Amino acid sequence: MFKDLFQKKKYATVPSVSQAPAASERPKREIPEGLMNRCPKCGNIQFSKEWEKNLKVCSTCGHHSRLNALERIAMTLDDGRFFEIDADLTSEDPLEFPGYKAKLEQQKASSGLKDAVVTGEGEIGGVPVVVGVMSFDFFSGSMGSVVGEKVTRAIELAAAKKLPLLLFSTSGGARMQESILSLMQMAKTSAALAKFQEEGGLFISVFTDPTLGGVSASFASLGDYILAEPGAIVGFAGRIVIEQTIRQKLPDNFQTAEFNLKHGQLDKVVHRKDMKAFLTKLLEMHVGGGASDGQ
Amino acid sequence: MDNKLPFEGPLSEQRRKIDHLKKVGVEQNIDFSEEIARLEEAYKKLEDEIYSNLSGAQIMHLARVHSRPTTLDYINEIFEDFIELHGDRLYGDDLAIVGGIAKLNGVAVTVVGHQRGKDTKDNIQRFFGSPHPEGFRKALRFMQQANKFGRPIITFIDTKGAYPGDSAEARGQSEAIARNLKEMALLRVPVICVVIGEGGSGGALALGVGNRVLMLENSIYSVISPNGAASILWKDASKADQAAEAMKITAKDLLEFGIIEEIVPEPKGGAHLDPVRTAEAVKTAIWRHLEELSGMTPEALVEDRYRKFRSVGKFAAPELV
Repeated sequence: MFKDLFQKKKYATVPSVSQAPAASERPKREIPEGLMNRCPKCGNIQFSKEWEKNLKVCSTCGHHSRLNALERIAMTLDDGRFFEIDADLTSEDPLEFPGYKAKLEQQKASSGLKDAVVTGEGEIGGVPVVVGVMSFDFFSGSMGSVVGEKVTRAIELAAAKKLPLLLFSTSGGARMQESILSLMQMAKTSAALAKFQEEGGLFISVFTDPTLGGVSASFASLGDYILAEPGAIVGFAGRIVIEQTIRQKLPDNFQTAEFNLKHGQLDKVVHRKDMKAFLTKLLEMHVGGGASDGQ
Repeated sequence: MDNKLPFEGPLSEQRRKIDHLKKVGVEQNIDFSEEIARLEEAYKKLEDEIYSNLSGAQIMHLARVHSRPTTLDYINEIFEDFIELHGDRLYGDDLAIVGGIAKLNGVAVTVVGHQRGKDTKDNIQRFFGSPHPEGFRKALRFMQQANKFGRPIITFIDTKGAYPGDSAEARGQSEAIARNLKEMALLRVPVICVVIGEGGSGGALALGVGNRVLMLENSIYSVISPNGAASILWKDASKADQAAEAMKITAKDLLEFGIIEEIVPEPKGGAHLDPVRTAEAVKTAIWRHLEELSGMTPEALVEDRYRKFRSVGKFAAPELV
């Protein structure tokens, strides 16, 4: 009934997502391209159609393959309907960093995205939300000025409309090519969240594989509720850097969602097939939706 | 005059010449004073030439000079009646972070910073100035205490970055940094941050959300250490110099980007050559900014800090054109 409190929006429909699996997960040559999919973790071969119906989760070992932002939006929001905001923000090259401009163009072409996060509005289980979804296939999900600005604007939109905020993170860390400007996005997003949460705003953060460095050490770790997909690698420093520091091999489960759950760093590990239902249940616990306006 | 960096070679050479001449003069009782004066003049000229045109990589090497003053050196020079406090009340006392309460020109303030070691043993205890989560939480405890008692906060930034270790991860390194960023944004007292050496990554920023951010002339501040950037970008950590140039990490660069408010000058050749004079310059700058901020209400201070960080970022936004 509280749904009626929120005004209805016009929605744009997300274009259907390409059927081709990501390059890193492309099946070996003997398997007809696109028809079959091999799990990168256990090697199990499955019909691609079956695998996609399974939300790109391996039916044998449960490995959750990485999704791009559009796939995630399509499977999370009601009817895949999504009203995108700030779609035209694009990265510049403020440091004139060698090779950055060319790499940006190449990343745009290969991912079909303009930067590493897509933000907008939609509904989950009938509850209107502001959503941001990061995409690892654009520049390893790295956070530069555009990611920081879009996330901040999403937070501000949620605050202005008193809607819950939901962010799916995946990131290799800060974008080195924007150095200090990139670093400051951590402070910018965190400061915006501080304001939003002080005003009673609800922020649900979902870690997906992988979330590291500057994104993990800023907004993604500041959720009122923090969830993660099974097996997602979440941490600050990367495994290789740590292994070099401590001169020891780290266990296989290091920095997995399950490791982080055990160490008290998140609330729940949620299987992809259960994510939407769980988010719906969680959102419904917050009658009034987002920032409290005294109602 | 030892411990010179490679680009300072010509200076050492010139100094050697002068010293030699002086020695010969004394030994053989010859008056070389005119000669020496001429050489000293040339030395000064050479010095000006070298230090007024330092590259990013050269500044990085100066920022890393082992004898460069640390946070505790500045605390001892700048403040009176320093009382060091310890621990995060949750896990432990991370010695990579030092802090406490002290007086600045008679005003009670909270001071906190990264602390590098002075020698190998000290460095091991202090994890080379790279905090674990308990270090960031210790710093936050000090800052929130300052907030409660209405004391201004002065932070000193000097770290290669947060400690990359398995136990740091298990105890929530990301969360600790993120929480500092968020909570610092809400502080209702003046916060002044000074980068004194290396400002590396989130570990630096976790003490860096201030109303004013100042940098010493030969300090650096970047998203990742130039060595780290080189090994990720070019798979070659030895290209750190190249990364230092590309990432634009100097005080001058950051002033241009609008990230910092002021560059605090150092003696020619670096802070380590005259720590007392450097500390005086830092003190003067801190005091001036503190006076400016002291007239602001708590709400205005929060808003001022928010605006400063909200506005950072360079991107193209066609719909606004």
